[in-house]
Amino acid sequence: MIDLHGYGPRLAEGALVTVELAVLSLILAIVLGLATASAKMSRNWVLHRLGTLYTTLIRGVPDLVLMMLLFFGGQIGINMFTDWLYTQFDVDIFININEFVAGVATIGLIFGAYMGETFRGAFLAVDNGQIEAGRAYGMSHWLVFRRIRFPQMMRHALPGLSNNWMVLLKTTALVSVIGLSDMVRVAAEASKATREPFTFMIIVAAVYLLIASVSEWGFARLQKRYDIGYGEAD
Amino acid sequence: MESLMNWLQAQLADNSIFTLQTLSYYGEGLVTTVQLVFLSLIIGLVLAVPLAIGRGSKHAWIRLPIFFYCYVFRGTPLLVQLYLIYYGVVFVEGIQDTWLWVILEKPFVPALIAFTLNTGAYTTEIFRGAIKSTPKGEIEAARAYGMSRALMLRRIVLPSAFRRALPAYGNEVIFMLHASAIASVVTIMDLTGAARFVYARFYAPFDAFLFVAAIYLCLTFTIIYFFRHLEKRLLAHLKPVSG
Repeated sequence: MIDLHGYGPRLAEGALVTVELAVLSLILAIVLGLATASAKMSRNWVLHRLGTLYTTLIRGVPDLVLMMLLFFGGQIGINMFTDWLYTQFDVDIFININEFVAGVATIGLIFGAYMGETFRGAFLAVDNGQIEAGRAYGMSHWLVFRRIRFPQMMRHALPGLSNNWMVLLKTTALVSVIGLSDMVRVAAEASKATREPFTFMIIVAAVYLLIASVSEWGFARLQKRYDIGYGEAD
Repeated sequence: MESLMNWLQAQLADNSIFTLQTLSYYGEGLVTTVQLVFLSLIIGLVLAVPLAIGRGSKHAWIRLPIFFYCYVFRGTPLLVQLYLIYYGVVFVEGIQDTWLWVILEKPFVPALIAFTLNTGAYTTEIFRGAIKSTPKGEIEAARAYGMSRALMLRRIVLPSAFRRALPAYGNEVIFMLHASAIASVVTIMDLTGAARFVYARFYAPFDAFLFVAAIYLCLTFTIIYFFRHLEKRLLAHLKPVSG
């Protein structure tokens, strides 16, 4: 058996952190992505510009730089805000950014931009007649979105979504750099302490491959579900 | 040059963070980043072409190892690959006694190896997709002319596959530029490394990281512009007839 020098439980905890981080940031990214796609398709030019600015800026800068900016800068920004609150209104609060929350917020913010592009393309692929038909039935905007636009949009969005998820999963490894104890950080510490980098890094790599393979299977099933009514998917 | 320096000095006179000293860190970082990205992309590209051809081979002993290489390097984070190579290279038996150690001791080469293997895997998949989508008729025509497999690859399949791969490859180049920020984790003073240094020295995250973000943004736009220009020239035949 492989000797983990007692790092087994911590490695497992780290794997859990990775999965939690990835899933929570995916949810945030999807919400942000839907909002961005709506903003970019909106007739309101301020919203349109804001959406474009967000996707362009975020996609032009490395994830690690954004993560450091938000993580190191976020704390100072919040401190400045609470200091201002104190001097202005005599309210004394202290907010400490937790690494996990910072990680989820940053990864969610970054992938919200990528999701926005994916969703925008997918929404545009839904036949306009479908939406008009929904309106003709007297459905509200929300009901049209829920019953008609969203299910049909997902069919087109899933390949991009699964792609983004795979990249997001691998991006979570970067949080180890800003001090979150995910599986990569535990493995890096263990490698240095035991001087056996191959053992730990290969285990971590295998776990990533496992998560990626399982989610690939999951996305294939979802695609099948959303392809119902379209015959053989191409 | 002298007057430019004087001008810069005057501009920076009342700025305590962006002095000539820190700007030179950013400048050296820019050079390191560009070197790292450019070298790994070039070597990765050279690696990827034969691998992409081999990926579609009839023989399983050629196809499967390449598939496995792509699967592993595309399925795991670049950071893990970098750690594996950077920390792992020390433990290769007897390597510290050979001449290789002189270059492997510095983090640049392990990072270059990790980046090259990573981009090689992605590029292989991009080219494989492009090769696979070669129209059947073109291959049949080449066969009908009596071309050998090698000649057909050289004259028919690869030239058109390179063009079809261009948009996806442009994305890969940008991805690689952004991924190179990871190099700072193993103490390389690339652009991000310079920003981290300035941040740690002055405790000024906004100045340090926003400035470097702006540099990356400029680099990204340059790459996008370059590939758009290339696509316009090389993919002119795919443009819709009526603009």
